[in-house]
Amino acid sequence: MAEDKKKKVIVPIGPYHPLLEEPEFFALYCDGEKVVDVDWQAGYNHRAIEKLSEAKHWDQVTFLVERICGICSTSHPFAYCNAVEDLLGASVPERARYIRCIIGELERIHSHLLWVGLAGHFLGYNTVFMWAWKYREPVLDMFEIITGNRNHYAMFKIGGVRRNIEEEDMPALRRVLKGLKVQLEMLTHAVLDDPVLGARLKGVGVLTKEHIKNFGAVGPVARASGIGGDIRKDDPYAAYPMLDFKVITAEHGDVFDKAVVRLLEMFESIKIIEQSLDAIEGKGGDIQTEIRDIPPGEGIGRHEAPRGECFHYIKSDGTNRPVRHKIRAPSYTNIPTFKASCIGQMIPDVAIILAGVDPCYCCTERVAVYDAGNKKKQMYDFSRLVEMSRQKTEKIKKEI
Amino acid sequence: MSLKIKALKKSLWVYHMSGGSCNNCDIEILACLDPRFDIERFGMTLVGSPRHADVLLCTGIINKKCVERVKEVYAQTAKPCVVVAIGACSCSGGIFRDGYQMGGPLDKLIPVDIYIPGCPPKPEAMIAGIVKLLEKLK
Amino acid sequence: MNVLDTLKEKLGGSIKELKAHNAKRIYITVDRADVKKCLKILFRDLDARYIVASGVENFDSFEILYHLGFDGEGTVVSVRTYLDRGKPEIESMTSIIPGISYIEREMKELLGINFTGHPGLTHFLLRDDWEEGNYPLRKAKNG
Repeated sequence: MAEDKKKKVIVPIGPYHPLLEEPEFFALYCDGEKVVDVDWQAGYNHRAIEKLSEAKHWDQVTFLVERICGICSTSHPFAYCNAVEDLLGASVPERARYIRCIIGELERIHSHLLWVGLAGHFLGYNTVFMWAWKYREPVLDMFEIITGNRNHYAMFKIGGVRRNIEEEDMPALRRVLKGLKVQLEMLTHAVLDDPVLGARLKGVGVLTKEHIKNFGAVGPVARASGIGGDIRKDDPYAAYPMLDFKVITAEHGDVFDKAVVRLLEMFESIKIIEQSLDAIEGKGGDIQTEIRDIPPGEGIGRHEAPRGECFHYIKSDGTNRPVRHKIRAPSYTNIPTFKASCIGQMIPDVAIILAGVDPCYCCTERVAVYDAGNKKKQMYDFSRLVEMSRQKTEKIKKEI
Repeated sequence: MSLKIKALKKSLWVYHMSGGSCNNCDIEILACLDPRFDIERFGMTLVGSPRHADVLLCTGIINKKCVERVKEVYAQTAKPCVVVAIGACSCSGGIFRDGYQMGGPLDKLIPVDIYIPGCPPKPEAMIAGIVKLLEKLK
Repeated sequence: MNVLDTLKEKLGGSIKELKAHNAKRIYITVDRADVKKCLKILFRDLDARYIVASGVENFDSFEILYHLGFDGEGTVVSVRTYLDRGKPEIESMTSIIPGISYIEREMKELLGINFTGHPGLTHFLLRDDWEEGNYPLRKAKNG
């Protein structure tokens, strides 16, 4: 195999990727336009969070884990608080549970809209990017009204939430959701009924159930392949057992189905938020319980982040700091699936397959193409890859 | 004002580079392009190559693996090039400054012209920063 | 049949200690030599989902927890094994769970646990010229 690889053209993708601890450097081994193997190297974004966490107070860790990822910045505190509460066996007041769900689902909406926009951008549909990001802004406004910041909300606290959702903010939130439903309906139809997008995305980057099992992929990636795993249903936490929602699955496992799952999940999120608002409006109640000591022991917390299961393991020795804090973000197991989904595909499709997994994609990329055999070096940047992807879309447009 | 600076100020092309950030500043940079803020109406746009860039936007702590890359990208840009440090991490290291992977902050590696602090800075703050930059470039 | 009973039945002899923190969080301790057998039963026969593995440093030993999820029941089973403090070493599990390769590389460079039989135990997160023997996640290291 090593001898084989030398003859192929290597297309390195990366390395700047603003993922959490695993930004990526991909080397695509290509035979002509076809990808035959993929190598992954990470660490350009490693920020020593697990080590830093051991030097912080239990309460401070929520702020640190929030800064693991900017897009899913509620998922990590959510999973961390679940882990500590699992260790303690503590229960959270009812109002706090619903507030946690509202924040978690609002985040899912903004994250999925962000993904739809970027996927459109990579395919050369900038209209989709502009639409999706325009509809995302009211969601961020709601975050600003409720928590005081557009991102990094700092809402979570061991034993509850830090801030209440005020009664006077609720009508505004309902209004935003109502408007969003109409807009999402339009966006969903525009994206899913488009013949060009269908031709471009169907059958691309297929992941079978076997691949999902081997790599342990989670979230929309797994659900698009027909595996109905969702922590919100399987291991209910916060207020999810009291709420009525569906787990969206699809069958084919290609990029199109991943888009379907994400788009339809947003409607479920809106349903969850509306139910939660009904449950807490005008009722009042505590939003936190006081927790003083963390006894020795270990705890595991999970949360269904927009990208899949977020997993935190903590170990305490009875002091005011965790002894060990292991964090596993969903992308950690989703990214290696590229090894299965990219092989046999064309280079222009790689951009959208990479985007299909939603590995927190918003950075600049540098791609160098060089022929290992001839020692000739040709530098491409990521825009060239996107350009190739767009040319292919144009070609399909003309054919249809 | 030299001709170079005059030409630079007309329409700023921006190359954005993340050196170990949490992604949030990067998203807020992209949010500047969306219909609400729409900085493209001022002639600013994101470009894919540092060789085309007038402005280098840097986010993140610049971890030890990125240090050489950041210097390399800066060397590749056409001078004069303005370097902007975005977010608490690239300004000072933020919450990650004590970690073993900390290679920055940015001004230890390359000369920085303006700092836009915040975690993350809002798009309005970024636009205000760029306006100040344009005033500075007289 | 719930997960706890299934584990007792299938893994019976290998389990040295079984602790159920609550109904959904089960920790089992097994010998270093039995890990591969147990993971194979859990991952292949019982169809558990691989979540991740955590390496932990203790005063007198290292321990690895292999976390596996049973999604139908919402249970997390953590298979714990203790390694020698002086020479932490264990067999690589990549032949059973392909996806575990990356976390093993991470544990190698951050904690210095060696995995025998791993196909490519190279640097993953840290720089390629990172100082040999400097394992940043060990307690003796500051920052």
